[in-house]
Amino acid sequence: MKLIILDHYLEASEWAAKYIRNRIIQFNPGPDKYFTLGLPTGLPRDHPESYHSFMWNNFFKHIDIDPGNTHILDGNAADLQAECDAFEEKIKDAGGIELFVGGIGPDGHIAFNEPGSSLVSRTRVKTLAMDTILANARFFHGDLSKVPTMALTVGVGTVMEAREVMILITGAHKAFALYKAIEEGVSHMWTVSAFQQHPRTIFVCDEDATLELKVKTVKYFKGLMLVHSKLVDPLYSMKEKIEPPKKPYSD
Amino acid sequence: MRGGQDSVRAPVLRFTNCRLLRAGKLLREDLWVREGRILDPEKLFFDEQRLADQQRDCGGCILAPGFIDVQINGGFGVDFSQATEDVGSGVALVAQKILAHGVTSFCPTLVTSPPEVYHKVLPHIPVKRGGPHGAGVLGVHLEGPFISQQKRGAHPEAHLRSFEANAFKDVLATYGCLDNVCILTLAPELDRSHEVIRELTALGIRVSLGHSVADLQMAEKAVQSGATFITHLFNAMLPFHHRDPGIVGLLTSDQVPAGRCVFYGMIADGIHTNPAALRIAHRAHPQGLVLVTDAIPALGLGNGRHTLGQQVVEVDELSAYVAGTTTLCGSIAPMDVCVRNFLEATGCSLESALEAASLHPAQLLGLEECKGTLDFGADADFVLLDDALHVQATYISGELVWQAEVARP
Repeated sequence: MKLIILDHYLEASEWAAKYIRNRIIQFNPGPDKYFTLGLPTGLPRDHPESYHSFMWNNFFKHIDIDPGNTHILDGNAADLQAECDAFEEKIKDAGGIELFVGGIGPDGHIAFNEPGSSLVSRTRVKTLAMDTILANARFFHGDLSKVPTMALTVGVGTVMEAREVMILITGAHKAFALYKAIEEGVSHMWTVSAFQQHPRTIFVCDEDATLELKVKTVKYFKGLMLVHSKLVDPLYSMKEKIEPPKKPYSD
Repeated sequence: MRGGQDSVRAPVLRFTNCRLLRAGKLLREDLWVREGRILDPEKLFFDEQRLADQQRDCGGCILAPGFIDVQINGGFGVDFSQATEDVGSGVALVAQKILAHGVTSFCPTLVTSPPEVYHKVLPHIPVKRGGPHGAGVLGVHLEGPFISQQKRGAHPEAHLRSFEANAFKDVLATYGCLDNVCILTLAPELDRSHEVIRELTALGIRVSLGHSVADLQMAEKAVQSGATFITHLFNAMLPFHHRDPGIVGLLTSDQVPAGRCVFYGMIADGIHTNPAALRIAHRAHPQGLVLVTDAIPALGLGNGRHTLGQQVVEVDELSAYVAGTTTLCGSIAPMDVCVRNFLEATGCSLESALEAASLHPAQLLGLEECKGTLDFGADADFVLLDDALHVQATYISGELVWQAEVARP
């Protein structure tokens, strides 16, 4: 595991973005060589706050990606289990996930694999915990009755098969989950802990998220930042760039 | 969305590197257009799994809905109130020329004229979609002859009329046919005006109060009968008085029916209204402000003498007077000049200034679903402007119809 500790949310996000950029460039994708980026899933399709809207506004509209190369689990599919199985097939067909990027919940879950989820689970329909429903209520104007109680999610096992996993954790409310994930043992109660058994994991967090860790853990990994920061060095020289950088989209 | 296989195959245009005016804000977004309408890119991406066929770089410009001029009497030598042999080509000439001012839709305005003129001219100004040939005609604005003698301004006294005898029948007899009309200015103090206002409103024609000596109470009654617009606020009406605000008082009246907005036209040429008065009106009721040019045939021609309706006018730089008097008879400031003047005089936001020339006139005419907005499904009529609000390019239905000559680097 690599534990990357940055000062604030913005620095952590930027570090993660640069790392992904470098990984894509180093992978050197082409028409027959897909860099498959995995991301956790969420709400059903129709809803204005749906994952489709989220992905469009925050990612797809800023890049030129062929819509045919985007795959989002459809919560409105007629046969949900078939939808999940098909998703697993699509992952295999694309050559497996190269890099999976996700966050964790305060209860230590990865994607919607809530406490008690099998550590070898696959993509499936999952009932949501009350905590998750409460956390998502803000997308439904605080009306709990409107929050979906089920979600389609990739399984822990599915993510474990990715060649690399990056977990983003920011904020003090995630600190305890981070502690359980990396300083205690592997447990299905804190599903993120499963990645202790993954060969290539990176945890990117901010200072607040380290509040429950041992001081010596934090000092150890901060000491490694000299080496780790080289992972995000630009691979092309900035001086070679001719056109001015594009202004970011309003979000 | 227009259905059928063909529309799905139509090319998708993506205007990028621009700032869109959407929901009252300038956002760094792209504009997607297909078949002349603004498209929702998210639906295109997920439902149709398609990307844009062509991209247009807007050079960092502001992309705003095309301007809508609801009061323009002519321009470039053309006088809409003249019963010429070829009214249609006169309208077409003006429609084509105002594209350079960022106007994508307009309402040709006829001033007080004898009935023969209306009967001859009106059938030749049909509602028409805009395009490379020129801005779209949304309908005719009839300003007069049912107006006050005292406040006639530049309108010829001989042709003023009243409808006290037969109310709406008089109106029909005067104009002939109202099919192409979308706005009608009248003075509500005229006898039986409320009947007329109600009939016109029932036909979908926007009734405007102007050239009138009505007090506030009379004006409020007119609004309750259906009037929704005020023609060039402050001009040709009683001045604001603290015990009887007159028509001006409608801006803050509490007698306006709930859910209704009283719109008011303002000529922001720097001459018709003192900037301080413009600011008072804007601050009192910003949502109702509609920028109009009230342009006369001398627009775009330069100094000298020209005809307006049945009278002769004298032009001197940006001022136009009834020949031999000091009565203003209309403006010759183009719409984009008015928008810039308005922005400077009021110190308002860019978004407010742009909405006053696009969204508000569309709302007045009940067309805000497809005009004056960049929402999905609306007609793709828009302008590219630099930060100082100079028009760089005009588009109608997603097609380039005018471009500034000096190319931007």
